[in-house]
Amino acid sequence: MLNALVWASESTEPAPNPLIPAVYDIVWSIIPFAIVLVLFWKIVLPRMQAMLDERAEKIEGGIALAENAQAEAKAALDSYNQLLAEARTEAADIRDKARAEGGVILAELRDQAAADAAAITAKAHAQIEAERQAAIQSLRAEVGTLALDLAGRVIGEHVADDKKASALVDRYLSELESTGKKK
Amino acid sequence: MTVSPALLAVEGESTGVEFHAPSIWEFYPEAILFAGTPFEMNRIMIIRMIMVIALVVIFWLGTRRMKLVPGRFQSLIEMGLDLVRVNIAEDLLGKKDGRRFLPLLTTMFFLVLFLNITGIVPGFNIAGTSVIGIALVLAVASYVAFIYAGLRKHPWAFIRNALFPPGVPPMFYIVVTPIEFVSTFILRPVTLTLRLLMNMVVGHLLLVLMFSGTHFLFLGATEWGIKALGIGTLAFGIVFSLFEILVAVLQAYVFTLLTAVYLQLALAEEH
Repeated sequence: MLNALVWASESTEPAPNPLIPAVYDIVWSIIPFAIVLVLFWKIVLPRMQAMLDERAEKIEGGIALAENAQAEAKAALDSYNQLLAEARTEAADIRDKARAEGGVILAELRDQAAADAAAITAKAHAQIEAERQAAIQSLRAEVGTLALDLAGRVIGEHVADDKKASALVDRYLSELESTGKKK
Repeated sequence: MTVSPALLAVEGESTGVEFHAPSIWEFYPEAILFAGTPFEMNRIMIIRMIMVIALVVIFWLGTRRMKLVPGRFQSLIEMGLDLVRVNIAEDLLGKKDGRRFLPLLTTMFFLVLFLNITGIVPGFNIAGTSVIGIALVLAVASYVAFIYAGLRKHPWAFIRNALFPPGVPPMFYIVVTPIEFVSTFILRPVTLTLRLLMNMVVGHLLLVLMFSGTHFLFLGATEWGIKALGIGTLAFGIVFSLFEILVAVLQAYVFTLLTAVYLQLALAEEH
């Protein structure tokens, strides 16, 4: 019944029009709107934006970092490959050079050996010739003496010291030689 | 609306339980603080301020130390903010203009959402938006924002697009221009206000009707058959409570989206 009384007392007032705002309603609408607007405008959205920027930066930074690392790795690989190629050509050069040098040394050695052999041969020839000449010389002297001795015994007279006789023997021997040679 | 509540306060036959029918007075509770001043606060105004404080606390704490890898609470805050930022502001206005008007759009969405949802919060049981103030102030903000946006960017193109839509034969402007003027500069804020206000008013009246009906049927009715009807009204009340959650979110979204659309039309080169 109390309710009914309250209702009754209210019903004496004209029913309010819900489309006409009361002053306090407007006041308590502007204040919440202002508070919430400032909250989002000055605090929440800048914080959110900062975080989003940081997140994007982090992701982009990560991608850039990975790209850098990849580029570095590629550069390292390239330089390694280049070094390897250089080393290869250098090794080939050294090998070629060594081969050429070896050839030269070999040829020099061969020449040297040939020269040495020739020298030895020449020396040997000379020695043989000298010995032959000596043998001829001593043989001739021997043959001359023998011939003069023989002739002296035959004629009974000593002709050994006779210069004339010795020259005769020599001439004879020379004639022998030359006839020997003609034959 | 003019029916006296006293007439509706039908007395129960013999149990003494009265049927308390909802009326327009639901939205004009007694003043509790600062009565008689412009800062008079009744239950609804207090609910509004409680929700504003809740909103400040939640978003203050939620964005205080934002991490690049969000936790559960921060994810929820980000999801809410991204709904407005990505799905409304950037979708309709693009990145640049979207960012310019983001504070306004975010404020609209969350203020309307938080004040709508009190309609089904136990203990509050009435939406902070069920009195015209909030809807009106936000509609005015939307109105000022789109006119400002249009005039600031290109005054002549804005007025031409709004009042003299291209592609219409000149003689038709006699008819088209007044219609466009009324629709753009008068009906837009009015519909924004009424759509939100009436959704909340009707939702509240419906819930009050269902639950006070249940109360009356269960306790006031003498016959069991009529008492059983209370199960039906209770079930309806519960279903409509859940439906009100959807309405609360939807109305907040629609209000914000329409503001973004008005801004987009004002900023468009030609449409």
